[in-house]
Amino acid sequence: MSITFIVARRELAGYFATPVASVFIVIFLVLQGALTFNLGNFFSRGLADLNPFFTFIPWVFLLLVPAITMRLWAEERRLGTIELLLSLPITQAQAVVGKFLAAWAFCAIALLLTFPFVVTVNILGNPDNGVIASGYVGALLIAGAFLSVGAAVSAATKNQVIAFVLALAVCFLFAMASYSVVTDFLSQNVPSLAAIARRLAVIDRFQDFTRGVVSARDLVFFASFIVFWLFVNTVIVERTKAD
Amino acid sequence: MSDGPTTAPLIEIEHLTKRFGHFTAVDDVSFSVGRGEVLGFLGPNGAGKSTTMRMLAGFMPPTAGTARICGHDVQTDGIAARRTLGFLPEGAPTYPDMTVDGFLRFVAKVRGYRRGDLEERVANAVALTHLELVLPQPIETLSKGFKRRVGLAQALLHDPPVLVLDEPTDGLDPNQKREVRALIATMRPHKAIVISTHILEEVDAVCTRAIVIAAGRVVADETPAELQERHPSGRLEDVFHQLTLEDQKDAA
Repeated sequence: MSITFIVARRELAGYFATPVASVFIVIFLVLQGALTFNLGNFFSRGLADLNPFFTFIPWVFLLLVPAITMRLWAEERRLGTIELLLSLPITQAQAVVGKFLAAWAFCAIALLLTFPFVVTVNILGNPDNGVIASGYVGALLIAGAFLSVGAAVSAATKNQVIAFVLALAVCFLFAMASYSVVTDFLSQNVPSLAAIARRLAVIDRFQDFTRGVVSARDLVFFASFIVFWLFVNTVIVERTKAD
Repeated sequence: MSDGPTTAPLIEIEHLTKRFGHFTAVDDVSFSVGRGEVLGFLGPNGAGKSTTMRMLAGFMPPTAGTARICGHDVQTDGIAARRTLGFLPEGAPTYPDMTVDGFLRFVAKVRGYRRGDLEERVANAVALTHLELVLPQPIETLSKGFKRRVGLAQALLHDPPVLVLDEPTDGLDPNQKREVRALIATMRPHKAIVISTHILEEVDAVCTRAIVIAAGRVVADETPAELQERHPSGRLEDVFHQLTLEDQKDAA
């Protein structure tokens, strides 16, 4: 068992040692259910797919992922346990990746618990389960992207509320990057940034997955996005750990 | 003291300096500690004791100077240095949600122990710090004294040759203090130990050497007996007052 995995296991157990896990999972499922069935017209559409489900999931993650990541480092710094953790024979990268993996595994558990949606459409009709599977892969990746941002932001402060709000704001920027509000504004004022913003738009990439398209380009995008933010996370921990 | 260091120093600190902006927290501190020594690190609050210990533990990068543990530079060869180090950070931080048992197992796993070894290490650390009765309890439910002992158990778990303990007896009752001092005394022959403390009687009780630090600088480095002779009264309290107050006058 590698050190990264030991750190991840401790962190993941930490979610379940407190009501954080159950509160998060219940709110996630209720929110996702309400949005899919009511706003998404799941039944009256008369189509056997999970499109309404996948339309809302990035926005639900946007709201809830910062709640998972806000404590990752901020709590560690506030309690002083960061001093204990980083004076054990582990590297900062191992600690950063371990904590990220724990949060990601937690999101994966929450996603797995949405299986009744899959069961429902399969009972009601004959959906393309390949498309559903690729949608789930996309959902896990967009959660990972938001988590990597949130974890890095959490390392920059001792205050969990600040960590939450900042993570929400930064994730929101990446989520909105492909929307006309942002792209129109940028192309009129800073055209050079507009092209970059469109490339960084996580929702666009995610939508490819919900159409059943798993392309290497999107996978590489999400992988580099996450690795970049984990790197930022390590740098921030190095700079701020002793403050 | 007749039984000084017997081998090469296990802790070597050379010209260690830490600046925060314009403020110099630790100013050109050098010392070394050999096996068999218990170094008492004394000084008023804010004198730079914890900062020095953090740099020694490799947690805080120094502005200048080097620290080595068992020959390993804490910055360039940090993992190797930290393997040989048991560190109790200031305030004995531990994860409040975890049980004592879970926490010590986590530390043992990170330190590379598995199965039988792991059980043995945890059991040994628990016995040394008398934690048997609280093993299944979440750490947040423990009293301050027990929390400190959990922190101590974590530092002793791998039987390291070097121990750096930031205020190991803070928050303990007189009986527990005595126990911890006895524990330090029994470990002394095999280890290099640094403890920071406000409690001057502790220096007499467990330390073979004392360093007084004031405003980031070493103002005395000698045996407790020599330290006592610095003041006509022969009381450490008076010596401490004299040394640390003189320094404040210098600074002003």
